[in-house]
Amino acid sequence: MARAPLLRIGKLCKSFAAPVLTDIDLAFDTGEIVALTGENGAGKSTLSKLIAGLISPDSGEMLLGGERFSPRSRVDAERSGVRMVLQELSLVGTLSVAENLQLGAIPHRFGFIDRDAMNARARAQLALLGLDSIDPELPVSELGIGQQQLVEIARGLSGDVKLLILDEPTAMLTAREVEELFRQLALLRGRGVTIVYISHRLDELQRIADRVVVLRDGRLACDRAMAEVSHDEIVRMMVGHDVHEDEDRPRRASGRELLRVANFSGGLVRDASLAVHAGEILGLAGLVGSGRTELLRLIFGADQKSTGDLWLGGRPARIRNPTDAVAQGVGLLTEDRKSQGLLLGQALAMNLTIAHLSTVSRKGWIDGGGEERTAQQWKQRLRIRSKDSAQHVDELSGGNQQKVLFARWLHRDCQVLLLDEPTRGVDIGARADIYAELDALAKAGKALLVVSSDLRELMTLCDRIAVMSAGTLVQTFERGEWTEQALLAAAFSAYAQTMNMATDKAAS
Amino acid sequence: MKQALGLPLALLALVVGFGLTSEYFLTRDTFIAIANDIPALTVMAVGMTFVLIIAGIDLSIGSVLALSAGLTAVAMQSWGWNLPGAATLGLACGLFCGTLTGAVTVAWRLPSFIVSLGMLEIARGSAYLVTDSRTQYIGGAIGGLSTPLWFGISPAFLLALAIVVASHIVLRKSVFGRYLVGIGTNEEAMRLAGIDPRPWKVIVFALMGSLAALGGLMQLSRLEAADPNAGVGMELQVIAAVVIGGTSLMGGRGSVLNTFFGVLIVAVLEAGLAQIGASDPAKRVITGCVIIVAVLLDVYRNRRKRG
Repeated sequence: MARAPLLRIGKLCKSFAAPVLTDIDLAFDTGEIVALTGENGAGKSTLSKLIAGLISPDSGEMLLGGERFSPRSRVDAERSGVRMVLQELSLVGTLSVAENLQLGAIPHRFGFIDRDAMNARARAQLALLGLDSIDPELPVSELGIGQQQLVEIARGLSGDVKLLILDEPTAMLTAREVEELFRQLALLRGRGVTIVYISHRLDELQRIADRVVVLRDGRLACDRAMAEVSHDEIVRMMVGHDVHEDEDRPRRASGRELLRVANFSGGLVRDASLAVHAGEILGLAGLVGSGRTELLRLIFGADQKSTGDLWLGGRPARIRNPTDAVAQGVGLLTEDRKSQGLLLGQALAMNLTIAHLSTVSRKGWIDGGGEERTAQQWKQRLRIRSKDSAQHVDELSGGNQQKVLFARWLHRDCQVLLLDEPTRGVDIGARADIYAELDALAKAGKALLVVSSDLRELMTLCDRIAVMSAGTLVQTFERGEWTEQALLAAAFSAYAQTMNMATDKAAS
Repeated sequence: MKQALGLPLALLALVVGFGLTSEYFLTRDTFIAIANDIPALTVMAVGMTFVLIIAGIDLSIGSVLALSAGLTAVAMQSWGWNLPGAATLGLACGLFCGTLTGAVTVAWRLPSFIVSLGMLEIARGSAYLVTDSRTQYIGGAIGGLSTPLWFGISPAFLLALAIVVASHIVLRKSVFGRYLVGIGTNEEAMRLAGIDPRPWKVIVFALMGSLAALGGLMQLSRLEAADPNAGVGMELQVIAAVVIGGTSLMGGRGSVLNTFFGVLIVAVLEAGLAQIGASDPAKRVITGCVIIVAVLLDVYRNRRKRG
């Protein structure tokens, strides 16, 4: 194409604590659909937020239609015709569809809302996405989740749109809605709108996109025409060629079965079965939103399962709530440590002993000296850095906070430990300490089930890795059997199936 | 521990200030009057400290006080019950009201603000029904609780003091107290640590109800009568004293000892302002200002510590 691109990005860099994006060079043409993909944490959302003005780059520049483009806010970017539809819904449930679509620019006369004008504009906007069937006067909360997402996208189309960024737009949509969305996106492209389409679902990307951009570890790994690359090639580029893993370590010797779950369903999770043995670390891989966290919470009794049986140490067991779980030697290290783990504003020692106060108390009275000794002991063993054991946990670094929570469950001496992203937001030093401690736990005969988005972490730690995809456990790999590509392919597999089913349905 | 010193200093400043402005303030009579005036407020403030620590609130305590006192009086006057029986009935009534508030709050996950607001009306209405909307005079029947022992100090005051000390130790040193602080700090984290918060929360409201009933008995013995209008607005006075003592309305932080200082500050302010001849409206304005300043100081102290 000889014409100048709509948006040109040059040498764009962004760091938070560590570099997230490095030297990104890209150009987007008028009227094309560009697929943006990569592993969790590759920098996809950072890049799109930079373009949409939600955050500012550290260095580098962007040109929009040949002119310097450095939006200072989302509103600023929207004025230039660059819009982003975020993955999380930001609609106000109690307001009508029309009000939501024009929030911030509701037509009014003498200070009163001009309802007719508002509804007419809303209808026009909905028609752009073929959503003529949605009544603009309905409160948003009465729509299904898929329709809400479509309304959210329609909101992105208000005003003069040149570039539209969609972040996982089909996550909540039914097959039929996906088809309709794709048809309308093709029409938008025909009208000269450039669309950046972020998704994990490679099959969708291959159907809709003209070009594919892959990010890996914050760098550009690929920028090619979609027709030129195969599904497998994309996966390989997401992972990178240097697939290094700790292959020399043999599988740990595992003992008797400590945890077995059969046919667990509830929430996202459908019919999941797995077993973990003494001395073994079982990894649970999968994309964000594939149901990994939900499965751990169902096992722990934090959420209610609809069906499923459970055995602990070979015997049938019942876990109705976390109290049951802990009493029977099952612990859960939660993913979100601030809201679900830590007692912020309280002392390190209190955070550490809370799940097992009987060890530091007698007849209902806390033994202060005993508690202090316990805290010191764990502080030393896990190398937790703090002034003293009375220091409040909010003053500790993320890595040390995680170690405190980890110590809470070590102190409880659980036979089965469920760990959800145990090294999230943890620096490299603390990460190595946690790995060593997990290894020691396995050697001490505990059964560990570890969820992580970092495949390399799982490949280093685990003896087996089970892969979840779209709420089901699709495949389990033994140590030595797996490759990063095979794991990733399995993580995508159930989404591909639903996609195929959708296309079949649409065709028939 | 600056926090521990701030409140006694504020109290001292008030006493010295009133001592300088009124020649009658620094007398034995003033202090005895204060000591015999505060037992009901004190025991209820102790209960409220526990309630606020679990991030709850109980607005019904003034009504529960009136209902329990009324029931005790009626049992003695009209049904001919003896004192221990009637007093036990009053306490059981408070225990029941508190347990009900707590159980409904927990079972349906409702805000305790709303449930206790409902209980406020229910208990007040019941107090009118039980007493037939008339003040019940019981004469000196349970005067023993308020009859001065030594130096004019009543048993009620000593009982309140004992409850303060015991509750302080329970909150600081017991597993129960530890759980309450944890629940008020992060209820979900406690649940996921294997500690079911629900029974503990019910116990706290049950305790609050019982202490409100005890406050009712203390008033009954002092006034020798149960007025169905007793304790109107008292919940706010109690919450004010607890908040002045530095307990957080957001839960997870508080001290019974500091609550006691809060009660003393409110009581000294009240007595002192009366002695220097402040009108009732002026007293209320000044008390209101003190509450806001106390909370501001608390917020400021926290921000500085975090920042």
